[in-house]
Amino acid sequence: MQAFTRLSGVAVAFLEDDINTDQIAPIPTKRSLKPDYREMFFYRARRHADDSLDAAHIFNQPQFAAPSILVSGKNFGCGSSREGAVWTLMAMGITCIVARSMADLYRENCLQNGVLPIELPGDVAQAFEARVLAADGRAPFHVDLVTQTISGPGGEDITFDIAANDRTRLLEGLDDIGMSLKQSDAIAAWEEKMRAQSPWLQSATRAPGTEPGA
Amino acid sequence: MSKTQSRKTMFDKIWDAHYVATRLDGRELIYVDRHVLHDLHAPHAFEKLEQASRNVRRPDLTFSMQDHTVATKPGRDENTNPDGAQFQRAMREGSNRHKIRLFDLTDPEQGISHVVAPELGLVLPGATHAVPDSHACTVGGLGALGIGCGTSELEHILATQTIALKRPKRMRINLEGVLAPGVTAKDVSLKIMAQIGVSAGRGYAIEYAGALARALPVEARLTLCNMTIEMGARSGFIAPDDAVFHYLAERPYMPRGKKWEAALAQWRMLASDEDAIFDKEFDIDCRGLEPQITWGTDQSQTIGLSGALPALDTDADTRLKLERAYAYMGLAPGKPILGTPIERVFIGSCTNARMSDLRAAAALVKGRSVFAGVTAMVVPGSTSVKRQAEAEGLDRVFLDAGFFWGESGCSMCAGGNGDRGRPQERVVSTTNRNFEGRQGKGVRTHLASPETAAASAIAGHIADPRALMAETK
Repeated sequence: MQAFTRLSGVAVAFLEDDINTDQIAPIPTKRSLKPDYREMFFYRARRHADDSLDAAHIFNQPQFAAPSILVSGKNFGCGSSREGAVWTLMAMGITCIVARSMADLYRENCLQNGVLPIELPGDVAQAFEARVLAADGRAPFHVDLVTQTISGPGGEDITFDIAANDRTRLLEGLDDIGMSLKQSDAIAAWEEKMRAQSPWLQSATRAPGTEPGA
Repeated sequence: MSKTQSRKTMFDKIWDAHYVATRLDGRELIYVDRHVLHDLHAPHAFEKLEQASRNVRRPDLTFSMQDHTVATKPGRDENTNPDGAQFQRAMREGSNRHKIRLFDLTDPEQGISHVVAPELGLVLPGATHAVPDSHACTVGGLGALGIGCGTSELEHILATQTIALKRPKRMRINLEGVLAPGVTAKDVSLKIMAQIGVSAGRGYAIEYAGALARALPVEARLTLCNMTIEMGARSGFIAPDDAVFHYLAERPYMPRGKKWEAALAQWRMLASDEDAIFDKEFDIDCRGLEPQITWGTDQSQTIGLSGALPALDTDADTRLKLERAYAYMGLAPGKPILGTPIERVFIGSCTNARMSDLRAAAALVKGRSVFAGVTAMVVPGSTSVKRQAEAEGLDRVFLDAGFFWGESGCSMCAGGNGDRGRPQERVVSTTNRNFEGRQGKGVRTHLASPETAAASAIAGHIADPRALMAETK
C-alpha cells in the first residue's frame, strides 16, 4: 500500500452532509470490470440532466482540475461498501479527505488504500471550510501526518486527531494482509480450538440428501 | 461464573469467541466463520490475491453467489445483461480456480446472497458472517454477526479467514409495541431512522431488543437487520430464540444430530445478559405505528402514510437539505403523501423479497390489476423463493395483474444489472436506499413495505395497504 506522510495541493470543498457512495461513484450505465474511475467521480453531480458537463459545478472548475484534498460534511461516504468510491477519488489525485465525520466502512476503505481520512470537530471544521472556500483553489494547503497538522492560507495551523494505529498504518504503508499473516499460528490455533469447542463453525458441509431434487 | 462474565452483551460474546489476535497496529483479528462472495466485487479481489501469489485459506468456508449483475428476464443467460457477463465469468473462473462452491446463474439455489445464505443454513447463530456488501447485516436476524466489507477487506478474508477490526461500541434499540395488520418490520426500520437519523449507528454494533423485536417472525427480523447499515452501523442483530432455531433446523448446511443439539445448547447462551451495559440505547415506541414511506433522498426523510410532507420551518442547514430533497423528488411541503401519482413499483431485493413478502403483496394484488401506465416488477430474492412462490400460484397472481415476474437477483435495488427506472419516474420500492440516482438517473424512489408497494401499484399512486386489506376481507 502507498504510504501517506504529507501532501501539498489544492483543496476542494463539497460541503454537504451524508454524501453517499451512489453520489461519489454512481454505478455506470455501461458496466466494466475496469471502469474509468476518473469519469465515474461524482458523475451525476458534475453533469446536467442531458449528461453534458456542468461547467459551473465546483468539480468542473479549472482551478479544481487536479485536487488533492476533498472537504465535506458529516457522515461522508455513507451507503454501500463499494471501494470504487475511494478509487474514484484516488484517480482524481485526492488522497486526503477532511470531513466533519465519515461512515465506518468508507473510512476503512480509505485506510486500506493509503487515503488519509481526517475528521474535524464542528467549529474547527467550519473555520477550515471557510479558508478552503476563500482560497478557491488558488493556493495550496499542506497536510502533514507526521505532525498531524493542516496548514495553508487564511489562518493558523490546524492540529487534527487520528487513532495511533491508523496513523501508523498510513505512515508505514503497511501491507495489511502481510501483517495479519504474521498471526498465522494464532489463526491455526483458533481453528484447532474451535474444531473441539464448536465444530459446526469449522465445517460447512451439506447434509446428505439435501441437494435440490434429491 | 465471575461477575464480569455475567455482564456481557450478545455482541461481546460473539466478538470474544472470535478473537484471534491483536495485530501490531492494534486492530483485532476476528475469525470469519462464513464468507459469502458476489459477482460485483469478488473478481477484483481474486485478481489482487493472485497478483500477490496468495491462496484462499479456507475455500471450504467460502461460498460464491451470482447476484449483483444478473439479468432478471425470464429465460436469461449470462449474456442477457451484456455488461454482466464479464463479471459472472470472472466470478465463475475465480471460484473454480480457488475451489469455492459457486451458486451459478443456472443453479436452482441461486439468488441474492443475503436471502440464499439463511435459506441454506449457511448462517449460524453466534457465527461471524462476512460479505463484501453493506447489507451483510441482514443475517443478524438469525443471531449471527454480519460484517459488510470492502474489496480490500474481502481479499484479506480470502487470505487469512479473518478480518482486522477495531471493536465497535454497543448500542441497543428497544422496540416496544405490537404491529397492527399491514404494518411491518420495514415500517419499523423506517420509523427508527425518522427518529434517530442515518448516522446514529456510526461506530456501533446494534442489538434490536424489546417485545416488538422478540415477536417478529424470522423473515421480518432479516428485513429489520438488513436496514442496519442505513443507520451507519456495520452489524445489527436480534438474540436468537426458538423461532430462529425452528427456522434453521434441517436446513442443508446446518449441523445434524448430536452436533445440532450441542450447537443449540451454545446458541441458547448467546442473548445479552440481563444486566449487560450498552454504550448507547434508544427506545422506539411503535405503539399505533402506521405504514411508513420515505419522501426524500435519505431514509430519515420518512413519514407515516397519513402524514403531510414536512414544512421548511427549521434551521438553515436542515432547510437547505429539505429543499434539495423536495427539488429532486418533485414534491412540495405541506401536501399529503397519499395519492401522489407513481409510474413504477419494484418488489424485490435483500430487504423485502422473501416468501412472506411475496405472500403479503400477492394477497393484496389477487384479483386486481396494476393501474394503467404503471410498470410493476416482482423479483424474488432467490430462485428457491421463486420456485416456492410458483408452487403456491403467486406468479400467476402477479402476472395476471400485470406485474413483471422475473428471475432472482439484486435487480433494481441499485440497477447494477441494467434494471432501472427512467428520469423523473416516481417509484415505490421495497429496497433499502432512496439515494439520488440510485435506481436510475433522476429516478424518485420511495421506500416502503411490500404491502404498500403492492397497494400503490394497484392504485397508481401512493396508497395505504390497509384500505385494500379492508376491501379484501
